[in-house]
This record gives sequence, structure tokens and C-alpha cells, in this order.
Amino acid sequence: MTEQPSGVVRVVVVDDHAMFRRGVIAELEASARGRIEVVGQAADVDEAVAVIGRGAPDVVLLDVHLPGGGGAEVMRRCGPTEVRHLALSVSDAAEDVIGTIRGGARGYVTKTITGEELVDAIVRVSEGDAVFSPRLAGFVLDAFAGSIEVASVDEDLDRLTEREREVMRLIARGYSYKEVAKELFISIKTVETHMSAVLRKLQLSSRHELTRWASDRRLL
Amino acid sequence: MSTVPSAPPVREVRRAHRDPDDQLIGGVAAGLAHHLAVPVLWVRVGFVLAAAAGGIGIAFYAGLWVMLPASPPRPAAPPGLESASRDGRRPRHRPRVRDAGPIVALGAVGLGLLFVLGGGATWVWPVAIGIVGVALLWRQADEAQRERWLDATGRVDISRVVLGRGGWAAYARLAAGAVLVLGALVLFALRGGSFSLARDITIATLLGVAGILVVAGPWVYRLATELTDERAERVRTQERADVAAHLHDSVLQTLALIQKNPADASRLARAQERDLRSWLYSGETADERTVASALRAIAADLEDRWGIAVDVVAVGDRDLGEGERPVVAAAREALTNAAKHAGVDRVDVYAEITDDSLDVFVRDRGAGFDPDATPEGRLGVRGSIIDRMARHGGTAEIRSGPGEGTEVRLHLSGTTEEAEQ
Repeated sequence: MTEQPSGVVRVVVVDDHAMFRRGVIAELEASARGRIEVVGQAADVDEAVAVIGRGAPDVVLLDVHLPGGGGAEVMRRCGPTEVRHLALSVSDAAEDVIGTIRGGARGYVTKTITGEELVDAIVRVSEGDAVFSPRLAGFVLDAFAGSIEVASVDEDLDRLTEREREVMRLIARGYSYKEVAKELFISIKTVETHMSAVLRKLQLSSRHELTRWASDRRLL
Repeated sequence: MSTVPSAPPVREVRRAHRDPDDQLIGGVAAGLAHHLAVPVLWVRVGFVLAAAAGGIGIAFYAGLWVMLPASPPRPAAPPGLESASRDGRRPRHRPRVRDAGPIVALGAVGLGLLFVLGGGATWVWPVAIGIVGVALLWRQADEAQRERWLDATGRVDISRVVLGRGGWAAYARLAAGAVLVLGALVLFALRGGSFSLARDITIATLLGVAGILVVAGPWVYRLATELTDERAERVRTQERADVAAHLHDSVLQTLALIQKNPADASRLARAQERDLRSWLYSGETADERTVASALRAIAADLEDRWGIAVDVVAVGDRDLGEGERPVVAAAREALTNAAKHAGVDRVDVYAEITDDSLDVFVRDRGAGFDPDATPEGRLGVRGSIIDRMARHGGTAEIRSGPGEGTEVRLHLSGTTEEAEQ
């Protein structure tokens, strides 16, 4: 937030249903005027890549099901950028959700989310945090336990630490970040660190990739 | 204690399959590895070792390739997902083997084997060429079969079956295979002197007939066994998927918008949305056969009855037996309490179901109450939740405070079998 000069989060909305797109934009303008600015919208993968390149948004609200390969394809074609992606989908099939997170999204929310929650999620993602809904936390626990078969999840997922598992459990139980912090006697910042670690482990499938990620950022 | 005798467990037949997504040659090793639950590398090494030891591995591999059905019978995805997959709107699973590397390596190994084995003997080359020809023909038939599955018209066309989608590659392969088989026969016949010619030609003809049988036999066999259900399945899923696509575009999107308006429409919208969503996307059932589905059924019932949203997240699952019923009943009581007294429109249910423990959490952010100050007359919490769990060897804990919301934690340890005794 501090690196935004004006404090306004620039958002691109990508969804192939014009009605829903309009609804989301109206909702954002109504409940977050001055905090969120919609700088573009797109209906398919090609359009999305072009709009993202042009609009230089902070956050992309990305539908999982899109003509041309889905939200994962948009993230793949955008490559590693500063832009942060937040998946917004009506589908809560484990394969779609986990697949999109593995593609690089920083969070996942369903389309029945309220306006305030959506604004909150967008702002959090723009600040670099991960946004996990209870349902996504459940999928994550399932994926790491190996009890859902998701084609894109490798066998050698790095394990979650006990603390990360604990945090995910609380999120799945419907706790907010603040409540998780209180419950575990840690700071909110620590909760967010754990969430980011979970996200990273999900996106980087193997130990090898995790090591490379760390050394790229001079953490090793 | 009189318990209803539970139905005998249905024995599931595990069938092995070839895995066309993870193939070096025919996907036999990958399929077998999945079936036997061992790393695929072990199976491949095993085949190579067996092949080196007298060729039994090659014969075994070939036999399995012939006999195993091509791909596992995919459990039908919910129709919305099927439709999105067919339109290319979902993230696609990329095949692991894409480059020509494995083929080159296999070719090199084959050539090496030929040179090692066939140093002097003249019979090696004709036989090797014949085998390559048969292999090409076989592979051709194999791919043609997959093409047939993708045929949109649903008709079986003989030329399609043999040539796939056509194209020069298919024709070239067919021609090359035929030429190689013929070449092997001719070489074999010419090799012998005049007096042994008759016998050689007889043998060559027999080999040719056997080759054709090897090529055509399994194809006819598989065609007969798989064609009928393949076609029925394809027609059914496409029909369902098209309806689903329509519903998604109209009803579900509208419902998602309506739900945000705090009008009376929201209760109806929620019920409708839940029905549609489970049919279209999640494939989760509420048939009360497992713990998770029983919890979902309770949640749906209470959503309809009280007009609240109940979000059920379940990790893992197991069958709902006598041992699990008290937990489900206690969860129902906790949910009912939350719906009645908390005064909120949303309750979270989280269940973690493993083989040796069962935890259910019911949480709301409503009015809350002081658990210690509950009057004696109010038996809901004590009788239906705490005592019920204690009677069945579990624990229940209630965390609440005025204004802080309530969380009911139910825990039951022990495996299914223990709980039933």
C-alpha cells in the first residue's frame, strides 16, 4: 500500500460474462470509491493479455473459466510480472481452484462473495498477501494430504509445517486472519507469512523448484 | 444394544489400465505402476531387466499392451466442467512426454540390441524388420482407436479406424508397415536354398497370418467390449454438458447477482444456487452415505429451514457408520442452535475426517452466550451435544462468550471398526 503513490489500487476485471463483469465493476465503484479504480476489462484470454499490458494494473480479477484456455493461460502468457492475480470463479471444483493457484494466482474467492469482502481481498492481494477462503483452505489441506486427485498436483508436494497446517485449519473453520493470530498467539504479519509460504509450496511443486525460488531471491 | 446390521461392503474390482497421458511406448508401465501403487520408475526398470533376461519382459509388455484397455474410465465430471473443458475454457493438463527424446532413445536401444544379438545370424534381420512392421501397424491401429473415440458424428467408419484422421503420416505409416512385413517375408523366402524354399515359404506365410491375427485380434476384441458403452457415455455426457452450459449462462449468473440483494429473494436464490452448483460443478453428493455428504445434507436442510448460509468444508471422508452418527447428530444440534440463537446469516462448518479421528467444528459470529451460565432447564447443549458425545467416546467443547460468537468442537477418535464395536 505504501508503494502506491495515491493509495488507489488499479484493477482489471476479466470475465466472459458481460453481465457479471458489469455487476462486479458497479459493486467495486459503489463500495470502494477512491480505494479501487477499475482500469480495464476483458472477456477472453487474448483481450486480457492486451488489457493487462496496456493498463498496468496492480490486481487482475480473473475468472477461472475463460475462452482460450482459462485464467491459468492468462497468467502463463503474462509471464512473471508485478501484476497480482486474484481468481474469482463460480466453479468450486478442486481441480480448477488448485490448478489456478498453481498457475500463480495469489488467492481465490467465489462469485457469491459480498462487495466488502471482495474489496478487502483485492486490497490484501495488492499488498502482496495471499487470500484463502475457507473452501480453498480445505482444498489445500486435501491436496497436501494427497486425498484429492488433482492432475496438476505432483506427488512430491512439499509438506506443510505443523504451524502452516494449523493456520490453514483455522482458515477452513471460518476464522479471519485477526482471529487466527489471536488463537495462535502470533501476529497478523506472521499469519500472512505462513499463508504466503503455503501458497509458494503449492505453486512450486518440488523441493528443487523451492530451492531455486529461494536462491533467485537471495534467500539462500 | 440393538444396531441395524450394516450392509456388507461392496467389493470394488480394481482394473488395470494403460495410461495414454504418461507413455513412453504404450503407457503400460505407467498404468501398471498406478495399479500396483509403486513408482513408475521401478516398473520400467523391471521391464527392462526382464527384457534383458531372455526377452520375457518384451513379451509381457506386448501382452499387456494388447490386453489392457487404453485409458482408465474417467469418472464423469460434473456437466459444467465437462462443457468448459470441451470449449477449452479450463486449464489444460499438459502431457508430460512431448519431445522426441524418448522415441530417439528407444530407437537407439533397439538398434543396439539388434547389433548385439544379430552379429552373425542371418535370421535376425528379417525377423527384426518384421517385428518393426507389425509394431508400426499395431501402433497405427491403436491410435486409430483413440481417433474413433473423438469422432463427433458417433459413426464407426472403417477407413477412419485404419487411417485415423488421414493425413500423410497415417498413410506413410500404413505403407511402411506393410512394406516392412512384406519385406520380411520376401527376405525370409529368398534366404533359403532351392530345396528348403517350400518349407520356408510355408513358415513365412504362417508368420504373416499370425501377424495379422496379432494385429486384428485384439482390435476386434476391444471393439466388441468397449464400443457400446463408449457411445452411450459420449452421447449422454454431451447432452448433459450442453444443458449445463445453458444453465450456467442464464440461471446461475443471475442467481449470484440476486443473492447480493437483501430482499426475500435471497433464500430462494440460495437454495436454487446450491442445487445448481452441486449439479454443475462440485460433484459432491448429499446422499448421507459418507460423513461429509451427511453434513452437507444437514447444512442444506438448515439453509432451507432457517434462511441462513451454511458453508461446509470437509477434508477427507469416510463411510457413515453407527460410530459416526452421534457426531453428525451433535453437529446438527449445534447448527440448529446457531441458526436459532446466534442471529447471523452465515455459519461455517469444518470437518476433518481421517481414518483415526473425526473432528467437526461449527462456528458462528453471532450473539454468543456464557456456557457456564446456561440454566439447568436448557437441555439442548448439555444433552444433545456434550453428553451425547461423551456417551459415544468422544468429546465436545463449546467456546463462546457474549458478543464473541460460538464455536462448537466435536472430536471422536478411533477408527471406524473400533467405533462400531
